[in-house]
Amino acid sequence: MELAVRGLTHRYGDMVVLDDVSLHIPAGEILCVVGPSGCGKSTLLRMLGGLEQPDWGEVLQGGTPPEGCLNPLTYVFQDFALLPWRSVAGNISLVLEDHHLPGDRVRAIIEDVLARTRLSDFHDALPRQLSGGMKQRVAIARALAVNPAVMLLDEPLSALDAQTRELLMEDLVALWERQPFTGVYVTHNLAEAVRLGHRIAVLSRRPGRVREVIEVPGALSERQAGDAGLEAIQAHLWALMRDEAMAADQELLDA
Amino acid sequence: MPEIRVPFRGGGFRPEARRGTGIAVFLLLLFLIEWGTRTGWISNLTLPRPSDVAATLGDLARSGALWTHLLPSLSRLAVGSVLGISAGVGVGVLIGLFSYIRAGLVPLVAAIFPIPKIALLPLFVIWFGIDEGSKYALIALGTFTPTVVATYGAVDNVDRGLIRMGQSFGLGWWSIVRKIVLPGALPGILSGLRVSLAIGIILLVAAEMLGAEHGIGAYILQAGALYDLERLFAGVVILSCLGVLTSWAIGKIEKRLLVWRG
Ligand SMILES: Nc1ncnc2c1ncn2[C@@H]1O[C@H](COP(=O)(O)OP(=O)(O)OP(=O)(O)O)[C@@H](O)[C@H]1O
Ligand SMILES: [Mg+2]
Repeated sequence: MELAVRGLTHRYGDMVVLDDVSLHIPAGEILCVVGPSGCGKSTLLRMLGGLEQPDWGEVLQGGTPPEGCLNPLTYVFQDFALLPWRSVAGNISLVLEDHHLPGDRVRAIIEDVLARTRLSDFHDALPRQLSGGMKQRVAIARALAVNPAVMLLDEPLSALDAQTRELLMEDLVALWERQPFTGVYVTHNLAEAVRLGHRIAVLSRRPGRVREVIEVPGALSERQAGDAGLEAIQAHLWALMRDEAMAADQELLDA
Repeated sequence: MPEIRVPFRGGGFRPEARRGTGIAVFLLLLFLIEWGTRTGWISNLTLPRPSDVAATLGDLARSGALWTHLLPSLSRLAVGSVLGISAGVGVGVLIGLFSYIRAGLVPLVAAIFPIPKIALLPLFVIWFGIDEGSKYALIALGTFTPTVVATYGAVDNVDRGLIRMGQSFGLGWWSIVRKIVLPGALPGILSGLRVSLAIGIILLVAAEMLGAEHGIGAYILQAGALYDLERLFAGVVILSCLGVLTSWAIGKIEKRLLVWRG
């Protein structure tokens, strides 16, 4: 499935958060969205998945979701959003229960996604027993369980330490290689953006506008940390963002 | 080489279970009163001797009178508070979920809450009859309001991020309420139940004092009228036990249902 954003404008009270944002996310591609803090990245993502309505503009979807897709637009949240009173398997079955699938089919899906995220041993663990990285893997497993056409990820790795982040990035690449999904990946981290994005959209500080969309060449699986080409793109991104980020940092939120 | 050990500044602010402390305080107090009344330091018009109260309780149990008073009280408390609490949880959840219901009912609940319900007993007698009906209604109304307030507060405190998550996976409204809102509100609802049940016990006794043949309240009232301090205190002890017992039961339920909090 592909997504397109046309002329998205949104304000909270008097504050314009997004200003005429237009983007295209082709099927099977990951678009990374970077921008200074408070520029409206999360707001944009909420609108992409229909969790919030824009004041102006529209979000369009095209193409048909894959066979067996239970929830075409699926989120992975920064704070994991796991139900603390349900086990790992229970959290995954939560998103399957409303679809009235036969019990053995549900069990098969849970086993499959847990295996894909290397969590099979934690089937019955409660979220509080898991580390941050494992919690996010559960959230990813939950997203995979509904066989999404588009994954919407809001800083999924920013609550994690650098090593866990590296491992999970590899996991995400492996998952995408296995079954390419359309993705929108919001992040602060430019290194993540150049590793996971086929293209990178740079937003300006608030009000968020699209400053530039950069193509990142090369297959995801061949990108390594420290690759010279990627470093160059990252430096370019940083040059674009530096002044914006500094200016954003000086602004009072309620000014 | 540095040689002063860094002083410890952490710890505290985290009460832990200390087994037996509660009972020790209790026993110490009883012992003091017993000693005071025996030495005459406390006159036996001020306080009865704990051993006499215990003997009275023993008699009460042996004669079977304990059950003729306790059973009606327990069934009134059970029926009244089940009615009040289930209605309270239901209304509280509705207030927590719907803007119009909230706008319409919150002021009403705030208006009912501070009324001493016992003042309404005559009215309830007219509405529900002199027998059990008016007592059930009194206890139900008394447990209803604190349960409503605790429940909608608990629903308000459910993490909105979890609800967004449910919506983003296309869960139905009823699924979100059942699987996210209610379990998330459960800790708050259960701690509200402690207050509600304590109020229920207070109202139970008040209702029984105003018109009942049997029941702990009636028993205490008779004892008080005769200035029989041993029997009066025996009744009070039974009430305290009832309070401790309900609180303990809720503690057990919390342990059971809220294992996930760790
Ligand atoms: N529901 C809301 N009501 C009012 N203001 C909001 C709301 N959500 C976000 N905002 C404001 O809109 C602006 C953009 O928020 P948003 O969360 O989209 O930014 P962001 O780019 O995701 O920031 P960050 O990088 O810090 O996550 C912020 O200034 C924020 O305070
Ligand atoms: Mg954000």
